[in-house]
Amino acid sequence: MNRSQAFSLGLRSVMPILLGVAPFGVIYGVVALQSGIQPLAAMAMSSIVFAGSAQFLLAQLVAAGAPLLLSAGAVSLVNLRHALYSASVAPMLAHLPRRWKILLAYLLTDEAYAAAIPHLMAVKPNSPQSTHAHWILFGSGFGLWAGWQVATLAGVLAGAQLPSNLGLEFALPLTFIAIVVPMIESRALLASALVAAAAAVALAALPYKMGLFLAALAGLAVGTALTARRR
Amino acid sequence: MNIWWLMVACGVITFCIRYSFIAAEGHYQPPTWFRRLLPFVPIAALTALTAPELLLVQGEMMLGADNPRLWAGLVAIAVAAKWRNALLTIGAGFLALFAIQRI
Repeated sequence: MNRSQAFSLGLRSVMPILLGVAPFGVIYGVVALQSGIQPLAAMAMSSIVFAGSAQFLLAQLVAAGAPLLLSAGAVSLVNLRHALYSASVAPMLAHLPRRWKILLAYLLTDEAYAAAIPHLMAVKPNSPQSTHAHWILFGSGFGLWAGWQVATLAGVLAGAQLPSNLGLEFALPLTFIAIVVPMIESRALLASALVAAAAAVALAALPYKMGLFLAALAGLAVGTALTARRR
Repeated sequence: MNIWWLMVACGVITFCIRYSFIAAEGHYQPPTWFRRLLPFVPIAALTALTAPELLLVQGEMMLGADNPRLWAGLVAIAVAAKWRNALLTIGAGFLALFAIQRI
């Protein structure tokens, strides 16, 4: 697998996710304008912050006139789960120069990670394939970034006139199902998924998406405990 | 409050969270349980993202026929488990959703 093959693999993997993300980008654009954010700032937020749910939250906080420290704290809680993705891909990016690490960290969203990770995990460490494996993550990250900018722009420009209730958002959970289910190859992985699902539903009412983060931690703990016991 | 300062602050925070472990790799010696944790990240994190989308309707758990996303999601899970094909899974999920909404 050479660079361009790896890049296009990442790009292709993120395409179905873009279908689901696009409506959110459009809705974000509309919500941001309604919150009193200027079009240029609303657009800039999509590349400066570049995090879907955090951007929605920020728009609400701006509308409510929340103080800077509280807003920044809320955003860090919402994005805390990205640290898990960072830990997950870190060993695969260890050999790269710093500029690559910075670029890929900037692009490390839920969706880019989800699209790339099955392919990244299929690459054996130190194999010839692993030299260009980061191009997979770059492909999915770039694809999502570009799609998010276009969707935000559409929301800011045409917002209210665009149909937003087509049900396309459902492509997002469906794609995550398509990614996760084939990865469940052991009882420990299945237990991890079931615990994470149950905890996420039980803790969904917690503010700032803390339920998501805690549910992921619960899934990690159960999965790791089950593999540790068998050894 | 200046919106631009707020955006830059939140952008820096978000980047630092995403960069944290990538930057630290090679500069610290994680305990063995930490490395054993990592293979579970995709499944635990992505399932935690997905389950509420299927099971909750406006924050309430709905397990009945009035929650078409749950049943369409279950169809997608079955298709993904059997055929391991992303486009097939997404297509089947949407088809199931539209079919159930018609009933």
